[in-house]
Amino acid sequence: MSWGQSMHRFANPARFLRLSAALLPWSAGAAVILTIVGLYLSLFGSPPDYQQGETVRIMYIHVPAAWMSLFVYTNMAVAAGAGLVWKHPLADLFAKAAAPIGAGFTFVCLVTGSLWGAPMWGTWWVWDARLTSVLILFFLYLGYMALVNAFDDPQRGLRAGNVLLLVGIVNVPIIKFSVDWWNTLHQPASVVKMGGPSIDPTMLLPLLVMAGAFTAYFVAVVLLRLRAEITQRRIQTLRLSAAGEGAQG
Amino acid sequence: MTRKKRRLYMLGLALLGLGSATALTLTAFQDNIVFFYSPTQLQTQQVGDRSFRLGGLVEEGSVRKSTDGLVTEFRVTDTAHTIDVSYRGQLPDLFREGQGVVAEGKLTKGVFVAREVLAKHDENYMPPEVSEALKQAGVYKDANSAHPGAAPSGAPGTAQAATAK
Repeated sequence: MSWGQSMHRFANPARFLRLSAALLPWSAGAAVILTIVGLYLSLFGSPPDYQQGETVRIMYIHVPAAWMSLFVYTNMAVAAGAGLVWKHPLADLFAKAAAPIGAGFTFVCLVTGSLWGAPMWGTWWVWDARLTSVLILFFLYLGYMALVNAFDDPQRGLRAGNVLLLVGIVNVPIIKFSVDWWNTLHQPASVVKMGGPSIDPTMLLPLLVMAGAFTAYFVAVVLLRLRAEITQRRIQTLRLSAAGEGAQG
Repeated sequence: MTRKKRRLYMLGLALLGLGSATALTLTAFQDNIVFFYSPTQLQTQQVGDRSFRLGGLVEEGSVRKSTDGLVTEFRVTDTAHTIDVSYRGQLPDLFREGQGVVAEGKLTKGVFVAREVLAKHDENYMPPEVSEALKQAGVYKDANSAHPGAAPSGAPGTAQAATAK
């Protein structure tokens, strides 16, 4: 069993390393190009809003960051489920590699939302269902990162983290539908909703380009971090076996 | 294989249980999670003299400023019911007639005395020219079809029906 598992462990990461090496430059390049195009469109190539004026441009950072915070968490939770059920080592490592990126997106979402709320709503923060549930998401990311690193045995840390990720998944639909289920200060969804987007095409385009840029950025950085994790594991294994040989010889 | 299957079923069951528990909790705390009450909800909701939030649309033509310009009086409506609001202080940029608003304060002698007024914006984004064109085509009564969130009272539907004439 242990032999089979260790073979499994080395067989798949090796393939992943080859695949990711090929994917990395493409995703990084896409992130750079889409960010440049997206920022140009959001800052110069799109009209001001009829109600909010130029302030609406905060949306082009805020909304993609909010989407990514949910997208990354959902991916991590799926990976956590795969890690617990099929004991796939790459799945565990993916969740660990993605966590700080997702936390970063959530932080950007909270900060830009606050900066947007101050001039438009007249407040930096309110405890409505949407804002509070996103803050909980941020704490879930932080809690996961703390938990994973709290064990001497990294494998146990990853398992505990996986359980936390799966428990926290209930928060994802709560965030998405909080604006529909309860009265909130935050307005309902503009893009992903029944009856099609209620946002002008000239403003939807920069939003989608920025969302593409954020996604490409996530793919590039998560691949990079996963490669680093795998390499670190290999070094550890090599050290352990070298120490074992040294003790024997 | 059986062990993996068993783990998968366990995981599915655990998630199902967790989901139902959360759903029940959220339903039980429904009243505590809403950020504001609409005028219609206030008809049945016992608020007494404690502080709460009132949300709705600023009624067209209802905004009046005192002579010193410090006190603003307006009416908040969800098209079914209306409540008079009085507020002393600075209003946010988005505050205007026909626009969504959330005010925090107390109900004294039938008038809602607000301590804080927040503007609520809707999910519609468009350039000024498009809103002008829509107004000329008569799709929107005002430059805005704002409605105060998805109030469970069904007010949004009526609000939109009222604006889209």
